[in-house]
Amino acid sequence: MRTILFELALTFYFAATIISIIEIFKGGPNINKKESRVLLFIAGIGFVIHTASIIYRYAAAGHLPITSMHEASSFFAWCIVLIFFFLEYRYRVGIMGSFIMPMVFILMLSSSVLPREIRPLSPVLQSYWLGIHTFLAFLGNAAFAVAFGTGIMYLVQEHYLKSKHLGGLFQRLPSIQTLAEINYRLITIGFPLLTLAIITGALWAESVWGTYWRWDPKEVWSLITWFIYALVLHIRLTAGWRGKRAAILSIAGFIVVLFTFFGVNLLLKSIHRFP
Amino acid sequence: MKILVLGVNHKTANVELRERLAFNGDKLESGVSGLHNVPDVREIALLSTCNRVELYTYVNNIVSGADNIKKFLSAFHNIPRNDFEKSLYVHADSDAIRHVFRVASSLDSMVVGEPQILGQLKDAFDFALSKKTTGVLLNKLMKKAISTAKRVRTETRIAENAVSISFAAVELAKKIFIDLSSKSFMLLGAGEMAELAARHLVNNGVRDVLVVNRTYERGYELAKEFNGKAVKFEDFLHELIHTDIIICSTGAPSYMLNKEQMQKVMKERKHKPVFIIDISVPRNIDPDINKMENVYLYDVDDLQEVVDTNMLERQKEAEKAEKIIDEEVQKFISWTSSLQSVPTIVSLRQKAEEIKNEELEKFKNKYPDMDDEKMKAVEYLTTAITNKLIHPPTVTLKEDTEDRDELIAMIKKLYGINGDDNEE
Repeated sequence: MRTILFELALTFYFAATIISIIEIFKGGPNINKKESRVLLFIAGIGFVIHTASIIYRYAAAGHLPITSMHEASSFFAWCIVLIFFFLEYRYRVGIMGSFIMPMVFILMLSSSVLPREIRPLSPVLQSYWLGIHTFLAFLGNAAFAVAFGTGIMYLVQEHYLKSKHLGGLFQRLPSIQTLAEINYRLITIGFPLLTLAIITGALWAESVWGTYWRWDPKEVWSLITWFIYALVLHIRLTAGWRGKRAAILSIAGFIVVLFTFFGVNLLLKSIHRFP
Repeated sequence: MKILVLGVNHKTANVELRERLAFNGDKLESGVSGLHNVPDVREIALLSTCNRVELYTYVNNIVSGADNIKKFLSAFHNIPRNDFEKSLYVHADSDAIRHVFRVASSLDSMVVGEPQILGQLKDAFDFALSKKTTGVLLNKLMKKAISTAKRVRTETRIAENAVSISFAAVELAKKIFIDLSSKSFMLLGAGEMAELAARHLVNNGVRDVLVVNRTYERGYELAKEFNGKAVKFEDFLHELIHTDIIICSTGAPSYMLNKEQMQKVMKERKHKPVFIIDISVPRNIDPDINKMENVYLYDVDDLQEVVDTNMLERQKEAEKAEKIIDEEVQKFISWTSSLQSVPTIVSLRQKAEEIKNEELEKFKNKYPDMDDEKMKAVEYLTTAITNKLIHPPTVTLKEDTEDRDELIAMIKKLYGINGDDNEE
C-alpha cells in the first residue's frame, strides 16, 4: 500500500510537471486560466495521495519518516508542495507551478530510486526532538526552495523588462514587485523556521551528548545557510536592497541548502548522515 | 436568404468621402427610417462611425435591392452615384454574414482587435431595434455577431496586448508594480501623448498624481484635470523620491535627469522600483539610467517596439480568428436555411391538428354516452397517432439537405398545403 501510494503520488507529480513544462513553452498570456487550474488539480491529487503515503509510513515506523534518504527526499518534496499551495491560495500566480513542480518531481524521482525499507531507529535518534527538529528544518528549507523558484521567475521577468523584448513568458509572469514580495515573504517564513531548527537541534544535541554544538558538517552548512538568509533580510531592512540582488541571493542560498541536504550526506562524514 | 451589406470603410474610402456618407446626428434617424422605406428593403440597421459607414439589410432581391439603396444614398446625401460607387463594397449572403462577423470581431478595424467597434455595432442595432426597422433575421445576425466576437476574444489573443504607446505604458507598469492604486505618478511636462498615457494610468487606478511644468499655471491646470497636485519645477527632483511612475515629455533640449541624480534618488527611496517613460524628443532623461537596478526607463522608440511586437502578435491571432468566423458563418447559414422549412412544418402541424379535431368531434357526436375517462383515452390515442405520423417529415424538413427545396414542395403537394403561405 505504501509503495502504491508513493508511486501514485509520483505519477501525479509527473503529470503536473509535464503540464507545467508545456505551459512554459506555450508562451503568451493565459487565455482562460484553464491550464493552470488543471495543473493545480493534478498536483492537488498528487499531494493528497502523497500525504496519505507519509501518514502510512509514519504509522508503520512510529516516527516522522525522515530517517533515510528516500524518506527525507519525499518529505522535503511534500513540504515544498505544501508551501506552493499556500502561496497559490494567497497570491494566485498560476505560472508558479511551472517553476516548482519540476523541482518536486526531481526530488520524488530521486526518492523513488533510493532504498525504501524501514530500518530500526538508532537509540540516539529515539527522541521527541526528532520530529520537532526535522520538521522545522524541512519546512524552512522548503520555503527557501520555493523562494528559489520565485527568484528565478523574478530574474526572468526583470530580464524582459530591462532588455525591452517582451516575449515568451512576459505576459504570464506577474509583476516583478509581486515576485519580490513573495520571495521576501518566503524568506521571512523560512528564516525563523531554520533558526528554530538550529536551536532545537542544539537542545537535542545537549540532551544526547551534553554539548550544544559539535561543528558537525551539517551544522556548519546550516549555519552558512542561516547567514546568507540573515544577510538578505538585513540588507533589505537597512539599505533597502531588493529586487535583483535579493533574487540572486535567494537562489544562491538555496544552492547551499541543497548542498547541506545532499552534499553533506554523500560527501562528508556527519552525524546527520542517513544510515 | 438575401442578406445584403453595403458600406465604405477606412480602406476603401478617404475621410472626405466617409464624412459625406456619414449618418451622424439627426441624419441617423431619418437615414434608418428612409432606408426602411426603400423598395425591396425588409430589415435594416445602420452603422456610422468615423472609420466606416455600413448598411446591414435584409432584402427581397439582392440586385434590385442594392440598386435601390444606392439610389437612396445618392439622393439622401446629395452625392452623385459615381462619386461613391467605386468605394462602396457590396456583400451578399454568406459574404455579407462574414463581413458583419469580421467587423464585430474587430478584424476589419484600422487597429485590429480594438474593442470599441463591437459596442458601436451594438448601439447601431439597438437604435434600429428601437425604430423597429429590424426583424427576426437581422436580430439573429446581430446576436450571432456578438457571440462570434466574444468567441474570438476568448479563444484568441487578438485583443490581449497593448497596441498604442499610451496603453503599452500601462501594460508595462502593471508588470512592474503589484497594484497601481498605491503608486504615485508624476507627469513631467505636457503633450498629447503624455497626457493620454497619464489618463490611462489614472483610469487604471493610480491616485496620487503630481504635475510638474515649467510654467506653474499650466501645471496647475493639468493637475486639476487629474485630481492631482502641481509641483514647482525646481522641486521635481525632490519629489522623485516619492514617485513610482514618471512620464516625461518636455521640450528641454538636453537631459533633465542624469545618472548621479537618479542614484541619489534611488538611495533615498530605498531602491523601490521606478518606472520612467521618456517620450520627449530629444530625450530628457539620460538613457544610462536604465542600467541602474530597479529603474526601468523606456523611451518613445522602446514603447514603439513593444507596440510593433504586439501588432505582429495580433496579426497571427487574426488568422485563428478567421477560422472561428468561418465556422460561425456556416452555422448561421444553416440556421437561415432551416428557416425556409419552418412555415411548411407549421402548416403541416396545423393540417394534422385540424384533421384530428374534426374526427374527434365526429366521434363525440356518434358516442355521446361515453364516460370522461374513456374519452380522454381516445383523445390521447389520436394525438399520439397524429404526432407519430408527422414526426418523420418534420425531422426531414429540419435537416440541412441539398434537396430541401424539393422536399418542401413535395410535402406541400402531398398534403395539399397551399403555396400562398407566409414563406418569405
